[in-house]
Formats: sequence, C-alpha cells, structure tokens
Amino acid sequence: MYPIIHKEFLAPTLGKFIIKAPFIARKRQPGNFVILRVEETGERIPLTLVDSDPANGTITLIVQAIGKTTKLLLTKKAGDVLTDVAGPLGSPTPIENHGAVACVGGGVGTAELLPITRALKQAGNVVYSIVGARNKELIILEKDMYEISDRLFVTTDDGTYGRKGFVTDQLKDLIEGGLGIKAVYAIGPLPMMKAVANLTKNYGVHTLVSLNAIMVDGTGMCGGCRVTIDGQMKFACVDGPEFDAHKVDFDELIMRNRTYVDLEKISIERFEQEQVKLQEALS
Amino acid sequence: MNYVNPMKPSERMKLPRQHSIEQDAEIRSHNFKEVSYGVNEALAMQEVQRCLECKDPVCISGCPVSIDIKSFIQYILKKDFVGAVNKIRESNYLPAICGRVCPQESQCEEICTLGKKHEPVAIGKLERFVADYEMQHNLFVPPVIKESREEKVAIVGSGPSGLTCAAELAKLGYKVTVFEALHAVGGVLRYGIPEFRLPRNILDMEAERIKALGVEIITNFLVGRTATIDELFDEWGFKAVFLGTGAGTPTFMGIPGESLSGVYSANEFLTRVNLMKAYDFPNYDTPIKYGKAVAVIGGGNTAMDAVRTSKRLGAEKAYLIYRRSRKEMPAREEEIHHAEEEGIEFVLLTNPIRIVSDVNNWVSGIECQRMELGEPDESGRRKPVPVKGSEYIIPVQTVIEAIGQKPNPIIQQTTQGLDVSKRGTVVVNEVQATSREGIFAGGDLARGGATVILAMRDGKTAASAIHEYLLSKHNGKKQAIPEPFAELTVA
Repeated sequence: MYPIIHKEFLAPTLGKFIIKAPFIARKRQPGNFVILRVEETGERIPLTLVDSDPANGTITLIVQAIGKTTKLLLTKKAGDVLTDVAGPLGSPTPIENHGAVACVGGGVGTAELLPITRALKQAGNVVYSIVGARNKELIILEKDMYEISDRLFVTTDDGTYGRKGFVTDQLKDLIEGGLGIKAVYAIGPLPMMKAVANLTKNYGVHTLVSLNAIMVDGTGMCGGCRVTIDGQMKFACVDGPEFDAHKVDFDELIMRNRTYVDLEKISIERFEQEQVKLQEALS
Repeated sequence: MNYVNPMKPSERMKLPRQHSIEQDAEIRSHNFKEVSYGVNEALAMQEVQRCLECKDPVCISGCPVSIDIKSFIQYILKKDFVGAVNKIRESNYLPAICGRVCPQESQCEEICTLGKKHEPVAIGKLERFVADYEMQHNLFVPPVIKESREEKVAIVGSGPSGLTCAAELAKLGYKVTVFEALHAVGGVLRYGIPEFRLPRNILDMEAERIKALGVEIITNFLVGRTATIDELFDEWGFKAVFLGTGAGTPTFMGIPGESLSGVYSANEFLTRVNLMKAYDFPNYDTPIKYGKAVAVIGGGNTAMDAVRTSKRLGAEKAYLIYRRSRKEMPAREEEIHHAEEEGIEFVLLTNPIRIVSDVNNWVSGIECQRMELGEPDESGRRKPVPVKGSEYIIPVQTVIEAIGQKPNPIIQQTTQGLDVSKRGTVVVNEVQATSREGIFAGGDLARGGATVILAMRDGKTAASAIHEYLLSKHNGKKQAIPEPFAELTVA
C-alpha cells in the first residue's frame, strides 16, 4: 500500500500528489516513470515521476484527469492509499552538456519535462524553455520552470496568456534566433511532439520526445507499447520512453493510442454516474 | 516391500483408467470456470487399484522433481490422503498446481509400466486429487522448520522456479525474500495460464503456503530497476540470489500490419484477461478488444490458452493458425483436445504473411499462404514450405501472436559479469550456478521457454546448490563454483 502524503490541485483537472514509495524515491532518475493501480479493480497506468525526496521516501506525480483512472485518482486526497506503485521504470533520459538546449512542454507534459529540464541545467546547459497549453488555466509549473531555465516562454492556443499560438511558433523563433540551440527535449500531446519533430528536422537539431504509449505491465512483458522507430519495433516501456523524434512513426502511435476510445468512454460514463450517486448519498 | 493392494497384478491390469469429470464443452467455452473438476474420491480409489506397485517404480524417473509416486499412491490405497500429499510435498511444494498443468503424458505416465500394454495410471489426476482434498478439508499443516540460518537469500521472480526455490530454502531455515515486479504473485502462473486451467484460488492458496514457511514476498519490485542485483548484495545484505524471471518478452513474426489496432502478443492478451480480469470489464477497468472472428498464430500451449480465451470472451469464430500439421504442435495433447471440443477451428499447414486493415487502422483480416511439409529441420520436425500461389485472406478483427517468448533483458543489462547466450538466456551449469559467484538462475530465464515442472526442478536444484554454497562460505572453505559448461536447452 502506498499512502498519499500530500495532494493539491494545480488546475481544476490537474492534481499534484506526493506519495510514500521509499524504494522508488531512492532510485528515481529524470525520465523514469511508475506504473500505478489506484484500487484492486483498477487498471495499471504509467505516470512520469516528476520529482522524488529520497530522505523522506516520497515521489511526486502530476496527473491530468483524462481517463477513468486519472479522474478517480484526482478524487483521492492525503491519507488515502494507492493499491500499487511500481518503478522507477523506463530508461533514464540521457543528460549531457550540449551548450544550449530548448525544453518544450505541452499541457501536462510540462510536468514530465520539469525533472529533465532541471538535470539539463545542472549539466551546464543554457536552457531555453517553452511552456504551452490550450489556455491559461492549463499552463502549469510556470514558476518551477522559470527558476531552472535561463529564459522561459509561454504560449497558449487561444492567447489567454503569453504568446498566442503554438509552442512550435516560439521554438522556430528560438532556433532561427542564433542562440546555438543544439538539442530539443519536447514532451506533450502526440500532435505537438510530431509538430516539433517536423520543425526541428528541417534545421537538423537533435530532438528527444517521450512517448506515452498504452502500457499494461511497463516492464517489457506485453508489447502493447510497441512503437516504430526508424522502421524497427521498440517497446516504449523499456527501450524508451524517450526516442529520437526524427525517427518516430507518430501517425502509427496516434492510431494505436485510439484503440480503446470506445471502451474508455464506457468506463468514464460509469465512473461519473457513480460519482453523482456518491454525491447524492453524501448530501 | 509388501503390496498394499491385495489384488493380483493381472486383475489390476483389467481395470479401466478413470477419467476426470469435466464441464460440458459447449457450456465451458463461454465461461472462465475450471474445465476439469478432476477425479473425486470414489474415482481416485478405483484408479489407485490399477497401480502395479512395481518393485522398481520407473515412473519416478519420469518425474522432473522425482516425486515418490509409488509411495503416494500407496498412501491413497490406505486412504491416507494427507499422508499422500505430504509425501508429494517432500519433492514438490506445489502439488495442486502440478496436478493441473504438468504434462504427465510425456513424463511419469509415459513410462508407467502399466502403460506398456494398457493405459497408464492417471498419476497427475491422483496428485491433483490429494492436493484438492487437503485444501477442501483444510488439513494443511506447514512443515516443521528444524533450524534457522542467518543468511538472507533473494529470489527474483515469483513464478514456478522462484516459488519452489524459496520454499526449499525456507525449509532449510534461510531467510528468504521473493521480489515480484507485478502486483500479484505467481509469474506466468498468474499472467499466462488462464483461470479455466488453473483457478486463482488454487494459486493464491499455494502462495499462502509459501508464506507460511516464513518467506517474505515483496510485490511491485522490479529487480534491475527498483534495486539492482549488486544493491541486493551490498545494501540489502543478501548472501545469494536466485534469478527466476522467466521468458516474458514477447516476440513478433515481423510481418506487415503488426502495429494495427487489434493485434496483440499472446502475453498482452492473456495478461489483460488473466492478471487484469479484462473479461469482467467494466467491473474491472482494464479493457480488451476482440472481434467476432479472432485468429491466434502458433501451436504451443500459449496459443491454445489464447484461442480458448478468445472463445470464452465471445468470439464467434476462433481460429488457430499453425504452419505445420497437428502432429507437430508443441502443445499438450490434452490442451489440443480440449480446444477441439470447444469448437476452435484449426487452420493447419498455413502461415500468415500479412495483417490487413480497414480504413480506421483496425485489423480486418489475415493473409495466409498454404504450406506443405518438406525435409526435417534441426528440431527434427518436418520443415514447412510455402505452396506458391496459395495466398488467401481470412476475415478476422483480432490477431494474437503466440509464437514464443524470450527472457526479459533488464537484469542481464544491469548486472555485470552475468554470461548471457545469444538467445538472451542466462547461462547456467548443472547446479544452476551462473557465471557470477552467488547468483543462480533457472526456469525459462535459463531454458528460454519450457514447462512449469522443469522450472520447478531448476528451483529445487538451485536451492540445494545455494545451500552448499552458503555452507562452504560460512565454514570459510574455498568454495568451488563450477564453470558454466553449457547452456541447458529444452525443445
């Protein structure tokens, strides 16, 4: 059992959790993730490790309510326990001093980008960060990213905050701006990562993306997270989750990630009905 | 040795072999309840009358863990069922599991003296009967552990080899910790073998009995990531490690269309159903997608499990596509027979060459070509050769590939000095010692894909070797770690 020590909302659909998991806290590296199960009947889902505190034996996760499991997770609060948390999983991000790098986060992907950005800064890079989202409400960790970046840029699709437009608009300006950016780390929704990959390919700038494929065990056992990298089959859970963006078949992964949309809808509807009943019973 | 059974051997030979009571094939092909109920007490008592109580019971040499079969049958003859199961447990700590999943027909029963002219004694069904009897009547008493030892031993993986090794070491008095990467105990017994062959209460019970020996089991702990082998030695204080991490990495055929939605490895398909209970979606959250027509590729036990599972989930057409003929199938005869009874359609001498899709990137069919058998290959089986111009498409919405697994490489990649073969298996010697001092390995990790009982034998062999190793260390003797001589392989 894995107790939740602290929980706060970063936005109405975004929650930050600090969870007791001492073994994982000791070994976490940037780029690692965990597989968790909220309750006995739950599914196993992968979530990126945002931070850890080995001294206190805790890990930090940031969760956006999208599917049933993440919606359920957001109803949990400090004192509740999670049935299972396994990790740290995945290969850690290769961190090196490139000189100047750009870190690009989209939506909740910014949470996954934070530990990598911090490590890149500590490795001596000049770090240009871009944080983007659909609207102001979904911009997260702006302050945290600001503190560990040499410069931070914010974009929103609707222009409610920062620059109106996409992260790629800002990234293009940075690459063309003569800052000597040698590498790009981009984490966010698949269409965003695909757009970043297409952009940086034109400039020949090395780019890493983190692929959020569907996983069951997260240990290389099921092959559900298989992705095509440079024509080769790879498992995102053990070979990744980070890959050279210019070699990823994004369209295939976008299609594969739609496999369960109809069943996910059934799960969500059922969950929301249960929540309504629960509220009625409580009031 | 006196005979327990007063009947003359000639009379015993006339008795017919007793058969398990089974769920009706049509009914069971729509549920996940156990196919076989085994034999009841009356049938078991009739069956033991058939044993010739041979002076030289050859059946024992057919058992990979050398169960004293004759003795346990004699206990049954005396109606001492608990005595019988305890006799089995001296050699095999998981009788309820082995009585269900062991291929007895190619082991003890194959060489049973009675089987030369008649049908062999149903040894497996008797093993299961006494194990079930003990459970149903709540008669289990954990073995007395006579001494306690200081040394801690780590077991990596809670599958059949790991659990057996853990039990044997615990009986010797060692402090044993089992590390399991998943959230539930059992390894392939949990994620791979379906409930209709091995009910989960049986598995849970056997796991509880391991714990009753004082074995600690830590789940959600992926050795290699949560802690490395070196950390287990240096920081956790373990004095020896047994690796039983199995062969859990799926392989794919490498044909076009494998990334389509609706294509599963058998591992993923079975894990979703067995471990995550996707058959009970949405009561359980893990989804699974299957069409009206499902094609499973392969001819082994895993393929049988996957295709029979598909049928139970509700597939109207469940095809098993295999490139050789029925005779060459590596699956157990009993599993093939059960699959046929349940209406599985065998598409033999047929090889898939491409998976085709609809506009939504979903599987819509599998293109195959007919094969014919040519000359024997290195495995001794006749090699299938494609028939030119025989390509055709079978319309299916789900494709499950069950063409074999290989070891998960995480531990091999994170442990220095561990010799690994080209096939990814960990190299061991005749006592399951690896190339690194204090590290032993067995089961599918060393064999690359074999049976539950062979994994258990490895666990047992390794436990004895670990005991000797730790004794030699303790006494300050120079320990002789034999050189790995060859990779053990099992076809």
